[in-house]
Amino acid sequence: MTYYSMGMQVVRCCSRAGVPGPCTRQWAVQLRSLAATGACRRASSGTCTAALRNVAAAASAAGVATDGASISSSSSSTSTQPAAKVDYEAVIGIETHVQLSTKTKAFCSCASEFGAEPNSNICPVCLGHPGTLPVLNADVVRKGVLAGLALDATICLSSKFDRKQYFYPDLPKGYQISQYDVPLCEGGWVEVVVPDSGAGTSVRRIGITRAHLEEDAGKLVHGGAASLSGSDYSLVDFNRAGVPLLEIVSEPDLRTGAEAAAYGAEMRRIMRFLGVSDGNMAEGSMRCDVNISVRPRGRAAFGTKVEIKNMNSFNAMQRAIEFEIVRQVDALEGGREGEVVQETRLWDEGRQCTYSMRKKEGLADYRYFPEPDLPELTLTEAYVQELRASMPELPRQLRERLLGLGLSQYDVLVLSDDAEVAAYFDAVLAAGAPAKPAANWVMGDVMAHCKEVRLGWEQLAARMAPAALAEMISLIEDGTISGKIGKDVLPALLAGEGGAGGGSVRALVEARGLVQISDPAALAAIVDGVLAANSKQLQAYREGKTKLQGFFVGAVMKESKGRANPKELNRILMQRLAAPPS
Amino acid sequence: MNPPHTLQSYTEMRVLRTTNIRAKPADMRLSLVCGSLHGPLHAARDQVARRGTSATELTTAYLRQLHSAETQLQCFLAVDDEYALRQAALIDSRLAQGEDVGPLAGVPIAVKDNLCTQGLQTTAGSRGLHGFVPTYDATAVARLRAAGAVVLGKTNMDEFGMGSSCENSGYQPTFNPWDTKHVPGGSSGGSAAAVAAKQCIAALGSDTGGSIRQPASFCGVVGVKPTYGRVSRNGLVAYASSLDCVGPIAQSVADAAAVLTVIAGSDLADATCSQKPVEDYTAGLLPLDNLSSKPLAFKRLALIQEACGEGVDAGVTAALAGAVRHLQELGAEVEQVSLPSFAAGLPAYYVIALSEASSNLSRYDGVRFGQRGAANELKNMYASSRHSGLGSEVRTLVRREMNMALGRFDALLCPAAPTTAYRVGEKLCDPLSMYKGDLMTVNLNLAGLPAVCLPCGFSGQAAGNALPVGMQLIGRAFGEADLLKLAHIYEQTSGVVTILPSVFIESASAKHD
Repeated sequence: MTYYSMGMQVVRCCSRAGVPGPCTRQWAVQLRSLAATGACRRASSGTCTAALRNVAAAASAAGVATDGASISSSSSSTSTQPAAKVDYEAVIGIETHVQLSTKTKAFCSCASEFGAEPNSNICPVCLGHPGTLPVLNADVVRKGVLAGLALDATICLSSKFDRKQYFYPDLPKGYQISQYDVPLCEGGWVEVVVPDSGAGTSVRRIGITRAHLEEDAGKLVHGGAASLSGSDYSLVDFNRAGVPLLEIVSEPDLRTGAEAAAYGAEMRRIMRFLGVSDGNMAEGSMRCDVNISVRPRGRAAFGTKVEIKNMNSFNAMQRAIEFEIVRQVDALEGGREGEVVQETRLWDEGRQCTYSMRKKEGLADYRYFPEPDLPELTLTEAYVQELRASMPELPRQLRERLLGLGLSQYDVLVLSDDAEVAAYFDAVLAAGAPAKPAANWVMGDVMAHCKEVRLGWEQLAARMAPAALAEMISLIEDGTISGKIGKDVLPALLAGEGGAGGGSVRALVEARGLVQISDPAALAAIVDGVLAANSKQLQAYREGKTKLQGFFVGAVMKESKGRANPKELNRILMQRLAAPPS
Repeated sequence: MNPPHTLQSYTEMRVLRTTNIRAKPADMRLSLVCGSLHGPLHAARDQVARRGTSATELTTAYLRQLHSAETQLQCFLAVDDEYALRQAALIDSRLAQGEDVGPLAGVPIAVKDNLCTQGLQTTAGSRGLHGFVPTYDATAVARLRAAGAVVLGKTNMDEFGMGSSCENSGYQPTFNPWDTKHVPGGSSGGSAAAVAAKQCIAALGSDTGGSIRQPASFCGVVGVKPTYGRVSRNGLVAYASSLDCVGPIAQSVADAAAVLTVIAGSDLADATCSQKPVEDYTAGLLPLDNLSSKPLAFKRLALIQEACGEGVDAGVTAALAGAVRHLQELGAEVEQVSLPSFAAGLPAYYVIALSEASSNLSRYDGVRFGQRGAANELKNMYASSRHSGLGSEVRTLVRREMNMALGRFDALLCPAAPTTAYRVGEKLCDPLSMYKGDLMTVNLNLAGLPAVCLPCGFSGQAAGNALPVGMQLIGRAFGEADLLKLAHIYEQTSGVVTILPSVFIESASAKHD
């Protein structure tokens, strides 16, 4: 690892012994004094579980008993919740940091790739060397505007950048370039499909306050421990410094952990559909901070707000929220209001709880002021219109379209979860396959295969052309092969043997002699042969042992090497079994 | 002492000037080339281009003068002779191969220490940046090099540009070559003093609230503060980003124009830099012989009322009055104009400048740059590293008012400073009066307008005790060409600046003993 040497002589070894690695070239900073000391403060588990049940029910009910701004179209009623005493509701807002997948950083030409050798994608600009100036990357604006349009936000044709000043070792300039009072995008909403306790879902519309552009900070790597707490020293990797982010702030419209998770998932889906971010939470290209408070139902004022960070999946976010609701309600009900204070808490995945990271003493004064190094960001209406026209289909629009094809809600959710799956499915439809069987194949055997061999859907398309799958489906539909044969043929198609469809699958099936035998005469001949060879069983059948029907079907299938048209086979077999030819 | 202002004395003055320039030490081999533009830069450049002298010889001569004057003046924070001679040798070898080396071929130039120079320490006058060697050249420096200039070294300044006397340098004070008991002004005091003492042919300075103009005035040299965005700020250690300008300091208007022509222009690395094409600022400058008898006929100028009178030294007022008379003799109409919000600019300037400075300077935490202390805990480490290191509405009003006045007049004029150079230490205990000295200059930065500061006379007793007074000519945004033309005509005809700074004479005569 080559940690960058700042300036000429500034980099030196940590004074403390025991720093591993080539410490003469590392910036080893001891952060012990900043380390979080808060231990995991969890309420006694008995109360905790009981409270969790109550609050979950309450919160879930609150989710659909909506305020004026949101839409609820519940398919399975939540009014049938157990009649737990509903005292509290949670108020949740989410700040989502979406890393925009531009080739280079926001204000310099360093690559913004993830996972490079520490401090290899750096330059004087993103290190904040004296005299350097930021120059805005046009692709950052383009992706920010696309995201704003997808959130139905107003794009501000004239916005500006500001400096947000704070001090931390991972912030090279001592300030972050962000947007303060005039963000790129204002207002907006996102439609969220929330699974409820039953098999149904409800749809909610969550308001978006604003979305603005900013730059990321560097990354602290803590030595000797997984986090700052307990580490002996910390190193700074500036590869991430200056990587563009879009911070999307939601209205406090969310009420439950499930809603929050669904909101996060939809946000990720939108960004991926747009191609503006890979939304990879594990790599940090999408990060959610949750603001949460609880209040007695019916009260308009908000309770004391707590911020939760450090959740690396939507599932974790849901659990963190559920834990926090319980903790806060527990404290309020137990008369320990003092335990709910304005603070930042971290989610501990291992212990499944949140713990205090730092208390917030009043509002942080970031001393915002307009960034003098960047001129106002001025966009033309034509530019925005051009981007609007270039927008791909969004998850919500896709869901509507797929529902219109007669697919079930479940099918729609599975197919629209990922843009690549949806694109493949669409290509199968475009090649002529009917929707329902196409959905069944894509969501069934094909998806299972992709998961099993870790194959991306674009790679899949390169092996099994969507038209090949469509042709196979049409062969099943027209009775050329059975569904069973279809499953047998699939591996060959996945290996690329189905070519580009348009006859090649039929050729394959024929070459392998898998074409279904539907000709009544041919089937009758096979049936007769089987019956003749099994006269004892035939006798027994006719004496009333009708269970033997399955035996005959199996025998005929075997004789036909699985190619017998099952429907036709059944018809002829029943005919023969019932009335012996005379 | 006061030079004559009559048109009749043109020829006489030129002779006078020529004599003075010939007073340079013989080993510099810089004789004035008659007929071309005035200034050692033009002379040197012509010499090198004609192979009359080599860049190496020129650099060697200037380095000798630099070191000889340096003990008394302390203008430089970093001089690397080898580094300079290497650049000169490269230029000579390129010239030998018949290459066109550029408009500043072989010209020795000094650079203010807040402009990054690749491979040469850049501290902005601060201990907090001690040891910082930039990995890149500031755009202005890179353009000088590309034009064939030789960078001699880095000049002293008030720490990060904050100060008006060079006494606030983290390293050393610089002394005024006219009288070493006086300050050279600041923050570009090192550059102005070095040019005055002929330690270099020209220098780069930076101007946030007067940091080019005030030291130019104190040292009797020409300083140009360009329009905001005319010269790239890339590589300029930021003080107040929305006000900072890079500009030249030189011995003549024509020399300053030649340097400005090279460094001006759009830059992809600075989003606030203007895309407007750059003119050749020397193109419109006519040699003295070619001037008509009323070269400023139909020019309308205005003296800023609020910048004269109370608070301005009598000597400064008198010198300026003389300059006004001379401008009138050249055919210009000079009126008075009142800018009521003029005084409001100063507090607005300090709010804006210091807000931006607090942000720009926050990165110098003593950890990544400078002398980091050792400690076993982060907080202690920061503590030990730090002790050893270290109103936009008014702005709009000021800008509008100045632009309105410039709609009526071709240029505005006022002193560049209310006083001549004060004594070393005189204002250290009275910083407020030093800040008030910025009154003459800060409004320009708020408005983003260009100005030229050039000597217009002297103040003080006769017999060597006189100190130069600078006149500030303020022009329209991106009107540098017109402004420089005006300044050039004034300079060529006024006969001001004929005495060489004492230090220079002393060191020169010492050498010739």
